Amino acid sequence: MNTKIIIAGVGGQGILLASDILCEVAMKSGLDAKKSEVHGMSQRGGDVVSHVIFGDKVYSPLISYEEADVILAFEQVEALRNLDYLKSDGVIIVNKAKILPVPVASGLADYPKDPIGEVKKFAKNTIVIDAEEIAKELGNSRVMNVVLLGVMAKNVRSIDKNIWIETLKESVPQKTIDVNVKAFERGYSYS
Amino acid sequence: MKEILSGNEAVARGAFEGGLHFACAYPGTPSTEILENMAKYKEIHSQWSVNEKTALETALGASFGGMRALVAMKHVGLNVAADPLFSAGYIGAKGGFVIITADDPGMHSSQNEQDNRNYARAAKIPMLEPSDSQEAKEFTKLALTMSEEFDTPVLLRLTTRISHSKSIVELAERETIEVKGYEKNVKKNLVMPAHARVLHKKVEERLLKLKELSNDFKYNFIEYKNKNVGIITSGISYQYVKEAMPDASVLKIGLTWPLPERLIREFAEKVDKLYVVEENDPFIETEVKAMGIKITGKEIIPIVGELNTRIVKESFKVIEPYKLKETSEKSPGRPPALCPGCPHSSVFYAINKLKLIATGDIGCYTLGALPPLNAMDTCVDMGASITNAIGLEYALKGRDKRKIVAVIGDSTFFHSGITGLIDLVYNKGTSTVIILDNSITAMTGHQENPGTGKTLMGEDTPKFDLVNLVKGLGIEDVYTVDTYDLDAVTNLIKRETERDKPSVIIARRPCILLPEMKKKKFDRYEIDEAKCTGCQMCVKLGCPAISFDKEKKKAHINETLCVGCSLCFQICKFGAIKKVKGE
Ligand SMILES: Cc1ncc(C[n+]2csc(CCOP(=O)(O)OP(=O)(O)O)c2C)c(N)n1
Ligand code: SF4
Ligand code: SF4
Repeated sequence: MNTKIIIAGVGGQGILLASDILCEVAMKSGLDAKKSEVHGMSQRGGDVVSHVIFGDKVYSPLISYEEADVILAFEQVEALRNLDYLKSDGVIIVNKAKILPVPVASGLADYPKDPIGEVKKFAKNTIVIDAEEIAKELGNSRVMNVVLLGVMAKNVRSIDKNIWIETLKESVPQKTIDVNVKAFERGYSYS
Repeated sequence: MKEILSGNEAVARGAFEGGLHFACAYPGTPSTEILENMAKYKEIHSQWSVNEKTALETALGASFGGMRALVAMKHVGLNVAADPLFSAGYIGAKGGFVIITADDPGMHSSQNEQDNRNYARAAKIPMLEPSDSQEAKEFTKLALTMSEEFDTPVLLRLTTRISHSKSIVELAERETIEVKGYEKNVKKNLVMPAHARVLHKKVEERLLKLKELSNDFKYNFIEYKNKNVGIITSGISYQYVKEAMPDASVLKIGLTWPLPERLIREFAEKVDKLYVVEENDPFIETEVKAMGIKITGKEIIPIVGELNTRIVKESFKVIEPYKLKETSEKSPGRPPALCPGCPHSSVFYAINKLKLIATGDIGCYTLGALPPLNAMDTCVDMGASITNAIGLEYALKGRDKRKIVAVIGDSTFFHSGITGLIDLVYNKGTSTVIILDNSITAMTGHQENPGTGKTLMGEDTPKFDLVNLVKGLGIEDVYTVDTYDLDAVTNLIKRETERDKPSVIIARRPCILLPEMKKKKFDRYEIDEAKCTGCQMCVKLGCPAISFDKEKKKAHINETLCVGCSLCFQICKFGAIKKVKGE
């Protein structure tokens, strides 16, 4: 069986780096891997979704409704938006960040009152985390995405933790290796 | 060695391995990263062209000189380059010549969903269609050799899901290919009627030979399984079919044009029921039906939008259509917006305030059409802002008092605005044209252009002076204005649109996402809640840093998003927005 993971959030949150690392980790584990995302308007505050699939043999690079084993949402509304993709026994990890879409900011639409509560109504396994808070505690709010990667790694059992750490070290700037590994560990041990 | 590459990266890699000498392109999603990655290989000369037509002609020129050459563009770019495409079909290729079209089923970032397989048929040029990154790499190499062997340009068709999906690719070494050199050959390279009549005959003969090749082509193959159902498919659809219908027999087509007729007939005979799964147009379907073979395609497979595994399963009734969850709280849309501090914002704020008719164009600035700015009336294709204004002005004359302003970006102006501006002067138009000069091609991810003074390979090159260029085109009244000065922008647009004389306003300020702009220190702004009356004038700017609290009836500025452009400060009549000194 292939493992299917969706990483969703808002442009600028570090989603593509996270999904690149995930793909690399899968390849290093000797698995076939594919990922798909749409670039283009992401820079201008649009939503960003990355689909990653790995296993013995992967055909489609896209995940369909009710197929994702894990959804990692970097923002609350993006968790709600992608809920239809979650398998009935899948895990959804929701970062507490709240980023207002422009129509909401300018008063043309409303931000849901309790997106996480809404997610919990439908998803059996929901993990909620304030990754930004943890990143700040570590002294670098930019490692938020790596904290979230750590939480996800814990929930993807088919991959060895050492491969994660090794790949992470190769993917981030030399100077930030320490804080990134710490961030990953904080995510990995989060429960 | 293995690497995970996107389809676009794989094409660049394949070009490198295949001994390519020359590559050019005009950016356009989803094709842009092909040339960006090509430029990393110093063995290949890579350059940005001014538009797709100049790009295709430039690459053909390199092929004339015996170089292996490649040109890349998004699907609509091939419309711009269609004229030389058809000639190139007759001329053929001295050095291998590959033309890449990246189509966008689903219109993730395009104005239409055209299916460029139709161009292969119309221009009688072979077309290859990879279905993952490994094939994207192999097919690019194959296209180069096929081009030389058959003396033809070769089209390589990607789609968004091929270009922007990553999969594992086995890498190889670069093959060294000698440049063949130039030889004068007017009978082939100069398509006037006498020559073209002979060439057309050759093109038809070439197509017959390619048809034979197609039947034995390694990447046109059959995978027999259960013979009750046989599916013909190509490109990304192959992946969806393999996943959705694992037990079906499949004829996978890699060389989409010309189609392997013998192979198709063989397959049709062996399976009980024949289907075709393809995105958008019934291209293969129409051809197979013309062969007199019974096949089911668009009767069950949608013609609009892109496919995925689920849609294929639903089409074959393997599963029921999915019903979306009934969440009580809906996710508000998150459309892209102009960045906080975008240099384009003030122009649209002014256009909205002055209630002008704005013929628009394509770029980041098309977002000025969205609420709350609502400051663009039309968007047709690159360059259309100016020419639409010429016709519309004529139609309104004496019937409608509203004034027209054409809005076009700098890269778009170089692409196809210049000829339109000459047209406007020649035909005595009086509309005002605003060139939004943010010193970059921003929309597609910040590429250099003739206004930036840098080439794709990072070399210095003369920087075009827009003022002199526009004056040279016959516009006497040319003004530049800093877009962070809202009053100056508004007054200038007002004055110029009211006058019955053509003029050009160059609204100038670099995109805030450029590295040199990001480094700059700036002061932020914040709301003084005591003074904020809740009038929402600042909200109308559409700055993503500004939000409005409906309960408190106060505006709020997000301190991490604000880049201190001061536009909201200039708008607020109540002095409720104040400067906070930057650290
Ligand atoms: C024929 C064609 N080629 C390419 C594109 C893709 N494209 C859309 S806008 C654009 C460039 C916009 O640059 P500019 O005019 O400078 O505006 P900016 O985005 O910088 O505001 C490109 C390359 C297209 N839509 N049509
Ligand atoms: S990328 Fe630049 S031009 Fe485009 S919206 Fe942002 S600031 Fe404006
Ligand atoms: S100064 Fe005002 S308009 Fe400019 S970026 Fe900051 S909040 Fe937005």
